[in-house]
Formats: sequence, C-alpha cells, structure tokens
Amino acid sequence: MTKALDRPPVRSAGVSALRRSVRFDVRLVGLAGVLVLLCVIGLITRPETFLTQDNLSTMLRLAAAIGVVSVGMTFVIIAGGIDLSVGSIVALSSVWMTTLATQSYGPVVMVLCALLVGLGCGLINGALVSYGKVVPFITTLAMMASARGLAERLSGRQTQVVTETGFTDFFRASVLGIPVLVIMLALVFAVGWIVLNRTTFGRRTYAIGGNAEAARLSGINVKLHTALVYGISGLCCGIAAIMVVARTTSGASTNGLFYELDAIAAVVIGGTLLSGGRGSLIGTLIGVLIFTVLNSIFTQNNLDTDIQNIAKGAIIVGAVLLQHTTARRRKRKPPARTDPDPQPTNTNGSQS
Amino acid sequence: MIQTNLARRGFLFGAAGLGAGAVLAGCTSNEPEQQNNPQQQNLAQGDNAQPGQPVTIGFSAPAADHGWMAAMTINARSAAEQFSDVTLNATEGTNDVNQQIAQVESLINAGVDVLVILPFDGKALTQVGRQAMDAGIPVVNVDRVFDTPLAYRAWIGGDNYRMGVNAGNYIAERLQRENVNNPVIGEVAGIDSLPLTQERSQGFRDALQRHGLSVGPRVSAEFTPESGERQTANLLQGAQTLHALWNHDDDQGVGVVAAIENAGRNDFFMVGGAGSTNMMNLIKADSGPVKATVLYSPSMASSAIAMARLLGQNKGLGDLAEHEIPSEITTYSAVVTRENVDNYMDVGFDS
Repeated sequence: MTKALDRPPVRSAGVSALRRSVRFDVRLVGLAGVLVLLCVIGLITRPETFLTQDNLSTMLRLAAAIGVVSVGMTFVIIAGGIDLSVGSIVALSSVWMTTLATQSYGPVVMVLCALLVGLGCGLINGALVSYGKVVPFITTLAMMASARGLAERLSGRQTQVVTETGFTDFFRASVLGIPVLVIMLALVFAVGWIVLNRTTFGRRTYAIGGNAEAARLSGINVKLHTALVYGISGLCCGIAAIMVVARTTSGASTNGLFYELDAIAAVVIGGTLLSGGRGSLIGTLIGVLIFTVLNSIFTQNNLDTDIQNIAKGAIIVGAVLLQHTTARRRKRKPPARTDPDPQPTNTNGSQS
Repeated sequence: MIQTNLARRGFLFGAAGLGAGAVLAGCTSNEPEQQNNPQQQNLAQGDNAQPGQPVTIGFSAPAADHGWMAAMTINARSAAEQFSDVTLNATEGTNDVNQQIAQVESLINAGVDVLVILPFDGKALTQVGRQAMDAGIPVVNVDRVFDTPLAYRAWIGGDNYRMGVNAGNYIAERLQRENVNNPVIGEVAGIDSLPLTQERSQGFRDALQRHGLSVGPRVSAEFTPESGERQTANLLQGAQTLHALWNHDDDQGVGVVAAIENAGRNDFFMVGGAGSTNMMNLIKADSGPVKATVLYSPSMASSAIAMARLLGQNKGLGDLAEHEIPSEITTYSAVVTRENVDNYMDVGFDS
C-alpha cells in the first residue's frame, strides 16, 4: 500500500510527465509575467541603475532571508498547515546565536546554534500540532508570542552586535561575484525543490495536505511526517536568522518582524493553496522576487512606502485572481487534464 | 535486527538532542565582561548636590523594548542611586496603557512624594496625571507630553524638530567646507506615520532649505537594524552618487552602517540620530562613514529624577534665577562629532 504512494502519482509516466511540466509552465506563466513586467518598469524608470549586476545581487541578497523562510512555509502550507511563528523563530535564533557566550565559541557554533534553535522550535510546533492535536494556527500563534518573548528575554531587548569577524567575513563575502547569501538561498531552494518533487517525503507532504485521512489509511505516518514538516520550517528560520545576522551584523529581538505575513503572501501568490495539497516552490520563489523587485523599484524612484504598500496589496489580489482565471480555463478542458494532483478529493488536510 | 537498529537510532538521536540542548543552554549567557553603570557627570552640582530631606520618587515607564527605552529606565535607576536622599519606587515597564494607569494609581496610593511618568501614550495617561496632581503629588512628565499642563508640574523631553535642524545644518556646513556643488543628500527616516518622524524630517528639510539644499533619496525604516539594512541597501542602489546621509535613529543605524559596508561605499558621510554608545564609538574611531550623530539622549530620564528630587525638596535649579523648577524643559539635540565625542560618552546608551 505504501509502495503505491512512494511512486510519484503519475498515471502513464512518459506522456503525463511531459504534460505536467507544460501545465506547470502555464500555471506560473502569469506570475512570471508580473515579475518581468516589474523588471521592465524598473528598467524604464531607472535605466542606469536598475539592471546592474550590483543591484541584482543586492535585490537577491535582500530576498535571501525571506526566501528561505518562504521555502519552509511552502512545505507547511502544502501539508495543510500554517506557520505563524516564522518571524519570531528568526528573531530568537538571531538573538541566541549572537549572545556573548555563543560568539565566544566562534562562528561554527554560532551557525550551529541558529540551526538547532530553529529546528528545535519547529519540532516543538510540529509535536504540538500532530501529537498534542492543537490546531496549527493556535500552536504557531503561541510559538510566535513566546519565541519573541524569549528573544527579548535573552537579549534584554538590546541589539547584539556581532564582533566575531570570522562570521561576518564569511557570510558577507562573494564567490565569483555572487554573494554567499544568494548561493545559500539557491542551495536551500534547490534542496527544497528536490525534496518536494523528487522524493517520497515530498509526495507524502502533498498527500497529507490533500487529504490527511486518506494519507493515514494508505499507510503514511501522518503525525511524524507533519511534525517533521514543521521542523523543516523551523530549520529554514534558523538559516534565515544566519542571513539576517550576516546582513545587519547584529541579532535583535526585532528581527524577522512580519516575516510570517510576507512569507504567506509570497507562498499564496506563488499559487500554493492555503488549504493544502497543491503548490509549487518555483511559484513561491517568484512571489518572493516580485516583492523584492517592487521594493527596489519604489526605493530607487524615491516613492513613499505607503504607495508601495498599496501596490503590494494590489499585486497579491491581482496574482490570485489571475490564477483563478487560468485555473478555470484549465477546468474547461476536462478529459486529458483532470487532477494530476496526488489526492484531489476533499482538500481539507489541516487536521492530523 | 530492525528493532535493535531502530532502538540504537533512537538512542543516538536522543543523546544528540540532549547534547545539543546542553550546548544551547550554555549559549544563553549574555553577561559582558564588566557591567558599566551609566553615571551622568553633570548630575547635581553645587549646593544641590548636598543631601537634603529624603524624597520617595515613583517611576513608571513603558516596556524597555528597544535600546533607547531600556536606557531611559536604566538611567532613571542609576540617577536615583546617585542620590543618597532618594528612594526610587519603580514599576515594571509596560506597553499596556491600562496597566500603566493602574501602576500610576498604585504609586499615588502608596503615597510617593513625586511622580516621574514616561507615558506609553501621552493622551491616554493624561487623566491619571491629573489625578496625581489633584492628590497633591507633583508629576514630572518625560518626553511624551500629556494633553494638558494641568496633568504635570514639569515636563522634560527631547526636540525632534531640532534633531532634524541640527543634522541638516551639520551636513550642509560640512558639504560647504568640502566645496561640494549640488550635493545629493539622502535620508533614512523612522516609521513615517509617527509624529516624531514627521517632525524630524520637517526640521531636516527646513535646515537644508536654509542652505539652498534639498533632500534627495529618502526611505523610511522601522527603527530596527533589519529594516535599516534593507531600506538603506535599496537606497544606495538607487543613488549611485551620494554625498551625505542622515539616519534618524541609532538603533536602526546598526543596520544602516552594515548596508553601507556591504555595498562597499565610501563616497559619502553619514550622520546618526539619538546618540548610542555604538555610534559614538564609530565616530571616535573615524574609520567608517559615521561622522556625527545628533542627540535625543535618554539622559533626560536622569534629569527627570534630579528634577523630581528638587521638587520634593522645594529647591530650584542651580544657576537659574528662578526659585522653582521650570515647568518645561526641552533638551538640546547637540551634534556629537569626533572633536567633542569624549564629552558625550557618558550619555551614550547601548542600542
């Protein structure tokens, strides 16, 4: 029984794999169009500074932390959950890794510390959701409050400046002109994509989000799997914390403010269903990039942040509407194209 | 076979988890090598330094959720310790207006001689300030002003407008000295919806205008290092030429400086705001972009305690002809530069 699910749920491998990749493009084409459009606007309004290598690497570096958080968020949302605690976990990890005691052990311990704190918080979330049977919204809301509180406690609400130069030198360097942070983002994204699309772990994540009960009946250890998915999200927060600390050379309990909203926004406009069971990491990445490019365009043209927020809201709504229309158009051609998704039945997998 | 393997795996994971937990717990300590208690040098000079009649001062402030606010509470406490005749009755800082009202009420009931209140929201705490004044307890209102003078005996606070003015003047004069024509001047503001940010920006614009200059690229951050870094990184990309940059707040300044370093820019100088020890050290070192900072110093909390003490002892400020404490004192937003930074290190705060 498990074996059936361990294979990607594709009916006839050759043909539909090709079809799936084509369909993939169709779904994301509109989104990528928005991104390209924004870049064109940037290029027209600021031809001399927008598409420079310098600005591209700056934008990607700014996208790195929120991008990594969004990768974890995509996993959680596809599995039918939600993680509101990401911003607070970033704050806690960044504070914990920059305490004087941690810094005295050197850069390796700082990195390990951030990863462990993030992973630990994520696993606590996961255990509470799957074994404690607390609704994800509530669990992660609680973690959001207490992780931020613990961060404030540890830091005494002060900004902890990193004096350990080995750490900052490494993470602020560039390899072949590409900032280390961007390479990290690419790595996290690539690993996330492979895990989600090319492993049984990924297929099971989709299955649980699509229909947790069906997934359980088909032999998936839903509880353990859900806990691990939250662990992934927490680990991503730990990585993001390292990036934030490297960028700002400081850990503070104010780090990661509103990351949960930015990450959810990026995931949703990337085409992932909030109810779980369907979604794509590429969409999430484009979503993150759209917001970063938008921010850059507005700042470069010296426009106020209030207009930027209006545009942000409009883009969220616009992107989702666009997906609805493309989805409807897809549905109108039923025979060959129905449900390539693993468990297309009731899309309500939020409890487990 | 599988069973034992699993058991062993579980054991290994458990041990790894415990070990990781132990390592992490060891990493929470944040004790610096030596704790420096801020001692403001100018506090109580001349006759007023002599111990007088004992005074109990009630103190209520918002939660110390960022460096500046934390420094306010720390300064108030250390100022009270400097006076042998002062007993400080400080409540736990809170950002809940109702709770702060309750705290002030309990301080009134406790019968303190003078109250020092830094309200989370001046409007919301006006009532309770009046209540104290009606009960015959003089109130020293710090920084965030009450709606009516009836609610306080004395007010001491900073001058946001003048922060902008002094930053603008310093930048303009420095650029003139350097003979820069048509300079591009950037601004990294705080949260734009706050009146204090608007006042600072207004002052900055007005001062630059006086010199025939104007603000070029402008972004607003959120008083956090992270937002400072993000916004400044974008600003620097948009402004390939820049001659000066004013950053409103030294808390977010950590991020602003990091962004400038990340971009590898050294074609302009930067002026900070508020006066953190961190920025003062950078000014003193003179190696990076930071050349000055305009004060909005939490030393006003120390002054507020000193004023409260004198109010309790019915004394005036030394040097002034007035017999009483003035009803309003606005602190001066001095410009700290490399030349005078040593005189100001004592009022710097840990951001």
